[in-house]
Amino acid sequence: MELNFNHIQAAHCENGVTTSLLKNIGVQQITEPLAFGIGAGLFFVYVPFIKINNGPAIAFRTLPGLIFKRTCKALNIPVIRKKFSSREKAEAFLKDRLTEGFPVGCQVGVYYLTYFPKEYRFHFNAHNIIVYGQEEDNYLISDPVMETPTTLTSYELERVRFAKGALAPKGQLYYPVKGKPVTDEQIKRAIKSGIEKNVRNMLSIPGPIAGVSGIRYTGNKIKKWRDKLGTKQAGLYLAQLVRMQEEIGTGGGGFRYIYAAFLQEAYAYHQMDELLEISKQFTQSGDLWRTAAIQAAGIYKGRIGSQEDFNAMGNYLLEIAEIEKEAFTALKKLKWH
Amino acid sequence: MKKEDVPQDLSALGKITKEVCYATDSSGKYVAELSQGWDVKITALDTAWKDIEGKVAAARQKVLNNEASPLLFFMELGIMDISLLADYTGFWKWQIKRHLKPEVFKKLSDKKLQRYAEVFNVNVEQLKNMQVNGA
Repeated sequence: MELNFNHIQAAHCENGVTTSLLKNIGVQQITEPLAFGIGAGLFFVYVPFIKINNGPAIAFRTLPGLIFKRTCKALNIPVIRKKFSSREKAEAFLKDRLTEGFPVGCQVGVYYLTYFPKEYRFHFNAHNIIVYGQEEDNYLISDPVMETPTTLTSYELERVRFAKGALAPKGQLYYPVKGKPVTDEQIKRAIKSGIEKNVRNMLSIPGPIAGVSGIRYTGNKIKKWRDKLGTKQAGLYLAQLVRMQEEIGTGGGGFRYIYAAFLQEAYAYHQMDELLEISKQFTQSGDLWRTAAIQAAGIYKGRIGSQEDFNAMGNYLLEIAEIEKEAFTALKKLKWH
Repeated sequence: MKKEDVPQDLSALGKITKEVCYATDSSGKYVAELSQGWDVKITALDTAWKDIEGKVAAARQKVLNNEASPLLFFMELGIMDISLLADYTGFWKWQIKRHLKPEVFKKLSDKKLQRYAEVFNVNVEQLKNMQVNGA
């Protein structure tokens, strides 16, 4: 059984799942940048007391699940979301939804994800895929980061749905239910509320580790990594930063380019020249994140590694923090019509 | 980033699928472009794996020296710690700590060994002999 479903490739898995599932229920206006912006996806946080794979816990985007949740809520689309303790019930529920004609989003771990190259299979449990059919023992899978659809056997799918560790998916699945058609006016309002939420998250979260202040905080920390951790460990930390920033699914520049694309698309709904100008600031920020990544690579490749090199690396982040502070402040001051 | 600057350094992922990047065209408008990888990312991932390989080699030596059971080798190879392995196998953490001792490991039943073997994608014989499944 194969549902009538269009595979869409996206930069980021959750954006992609959101875009595909919403398009599938008739929200024709939705695109990856719109889903990301309406879902207030852009973020930065460095949690110094948590370690991931023995490295720093750094994220360039909001918590897993929120983009889908916020976007559907902003567009007034009802969502079904379910976790399971029993593997049998998790599969039975999935099968029933497919029979009823719903493609279903699943949170999965990538460690046992057979179609991923081995090099990418870490214990990361916040990947998202869509199941859109079943042929004998194979489930038909639309993984948004892949160019084409793929398949998993029932054993393989069960294994990734019940991956263990941090953010264990517990068989979690979700899908939107078709409601009233989404109007351009709703999209327009959703864009405004998405931007306002993102402004708050980047400028107004108290404490030093999140948002624009988090970028500044990380920049200052990096300058101390060489003395504190030694060159080798500091190199590993920087490699982890770069992987979070660029690896599978950020669209480049730690999601900053997707956000810049979102502001351009927002202009089609709100003709305010400021949106295009601010979009350019996010492009500038994305470019600078990538320049910083090249500096980091010099360090973890061992080509450079003096304290001055670490200072230069830290200073890039301080500069980025300034650019993003200006950009979000400009978004905050927008006079919406 | 301009469209023509989207890097095309072939990565392990690039052999299987290209990734979507967002970049600007000549008029400054954002478009989705496909990239087959970026050298900066490839070396970041290599750096992480080199670190893991070092830990795997150290674990192998410990097992050969009879200072640890083969579980240690497979844990490092699988990038797992005791608590994650406990989640996957259903053993308690204190049980796994015991099973990491060579003399305790040697006395484990095949049934228990099978629980570890499945998590590590090997069979019981391979588990005992630190053999990795090619597939």
